[in-house]
This record gives sequence, structure tokens and C-alpha cells, in this order.
Amino acid sequence: MSDHEQVTGVGAYVVVFLALMVLTSLTVGAAFVDLGPFNDVVALAIAFTKATLVVLIFMHVRHASRLTKITVVAGFLWLLILFGITLTDYFSRGFLG
Amino acid sequence: MSTSAEASRAGTPEIPDSKSRAWGLAHHFESFAQQQEASYLGMWLFLVQEIMFFGGLFLAYIVYRTGHPEAFTSGSHELDITLGGINTVVLIASSLTMALAVWAAQKGRSKGIVVFIILTILLGGVFLGIKTVEYSHKWHEHHVPGPHFEWDGPDAPHVQMFFNLYFAMTGLHALHMVVGMALLAVIAVWAWRGAFTKENHNLIEGIGLYWHFVDIVWIFLFPLLYLLGRNGV
Repeated sequence: MSDHEQVTGVGAYVVVFLALMVLTSLTVGAAFVDLGPFNDVVALAIAFTKATLVVLIFMHVRHASRLTKITVVAGFLWLLILFGITLTDYFSRGFLG
Repeated sequence: MSTSAEASRAGTPEIPDSKSRAWGLAHHFESFAQQQEASYLGMWLFLVQEIMFFGGLFLAYIVYRTGHPEAFTSGSHELDITLGGINTVVLIASSLTMALAVWAAQKGRSKGIVVFIILTILLGGVFLGIKTVEYSHKWHEHHVPGPHFEWDGPDAPHVQMFFNLYFAMTGLHALHMVVGMALLAVIAVWAWRGAFTKENHNLIEGIGLYWHFVDIVWIFLFPLLYLLGRNGV
């Protein structure tokens, strides 16, 4: 972070809020359409988009130092490791018959 | 008198001491910017472990839902999309007012901070109120896991597992909101007393980060718990 704090304006916050509202309607609407296995993919893609907007704009990570950005991404990577290794175990148990 | 003061100011380097240091700047920081950076990073480190904390529950959800998709879909159909959807809107709106409270702090407007924090607490209260209505429906329909759980359809044990995860995840989420609202109430009083300045508002920014994190958890909980198998398949 520089000496002068980067201040996000009210306009940006309102735009992000409206985008989050549109995405919420989209996720509800998409749930009622039969997309087969892609229903979950669409729901998660929308949720990740919403979360990213909140993290970057509401939580100011857009203007954060490189150290903070690495910390945020590392948190997400550790989550992927937790999911990846555990699910590799659960989903492969039937492979050996 | 003024000339001697000017002379001493010009001749000696600025050494911070207890009198000249700005109020609110801790002694181990060189500047407000450095103090703010440390506070911001520290809060993110806390949130990263919160991600792992909730991550375990999301993982349990994925494992059980993959193993018993029909039971999870029929459990999910018992949840009210309208109430869940309204709560999603309410919580995102509270994130907006929280962001505006931090904005007011950055502009040094104490009254703005108080107003936006009160709005955030009120929206949080609406969310928890609707959650209470939902929980009481579940209680009356005997969908709360435990000795009183009743399920007429197939695979009752795994429908009960869905409700176990539903109550664990939304309950823990609601607990986080109660903590956040309590912290916000304290911060509102301090802001009213003028404790925060343009340079020194780390507490508001930190609690704001926490509040947005709780919002993000709900952004994932809503589709995963409420919107399963609604396409009639």
C-alpha cells in the first residue's frame, strides 16, 4: 500500500452491488433450467464471480500490496489442496474394485 | 519566540516522541500507512484460516452430496428459495453499507461511519430474523436432525445428513454474523465519540473485511444448499 490510501468511490461500490444482484438472479434462474451436470458448474462459476467481485472491490484487494495479494491467493490454494487430496481419495476408492 | 522555534525545527531532525507523535499511531510503526498495511495483512491472515475452517464443512458437503445426490436434492427441496433469496439480497446490501462505512472512514466523516454501520447492523438483523423463521419452520416440520427427526421419503439417514450440514453451515455462518454485529455496535459507539480519523481507521477496515468474508460464505451456501435439483431432473 502506498502512502496515499487508494479510495474506491461510491459509484464503484454501487455498480458492484448491482452486478451482484444481477448474478444472484442469474444463479436462481439457471437453477430452474435443465443443464444436466452443468447446473453445478454454472452455479459455482457464478458464485466464484460474485466472490471475486467482493474480494477485489469491497475488500480492496485490487489496491492491496503484492504481499497481501499473495496471501489471499495462498489461502485459496490451500483450500484447493484440502479439496484436491481429500476428493482424490474418496473418488478413487472404487477404482480398485 | 517564533524565530527560536523555527530555528530548532530547522536544525534538528524530527524525532518522534510521545508528545509529537500523532494520536492513534502505535510506537512500533513508522507511519500510519505502515500501520494500516500491517493491520490489513493481519486481518487477511485471519480470514485465510477462516477459509480453511469453513472449507472443511464445504468438503464434507461435497463428499456426502456426491455419495447421496438424491437424498441431498430432496432435502434441499424442503428449503424456501424465496426466503433464502431475500436473505442473499439483504446480506449483499449489508456488504454495500459496510463498504460505505469504510469509505466514510477514509474520508474522515465520523457521522457517515455511524450511519452506515447502523444500517449494516439492521440488515444483519433482518437476515438473522429471516433465518430464525426458517429454523422454526424446520423445527415444526421435524427436519432438525436428532431424536425428533422425521422423514417419510426414501433414504432418511442421508436426508438427515443434508440437514446436519445445513444447520452446521448456516448456524456457524449465523454465529459469525452475531459476532460481527456485536463488534460493529462497539465500533459505532467509538466512531460516534470521534475515535477514528482519515489516517487511523484500521478497526473499521478490519471488521469490514470480516463482514465481507461472511457475505462470501453465504454467496456459496445459497446455491449449494437451496438450489439443488430445481430443474425437475
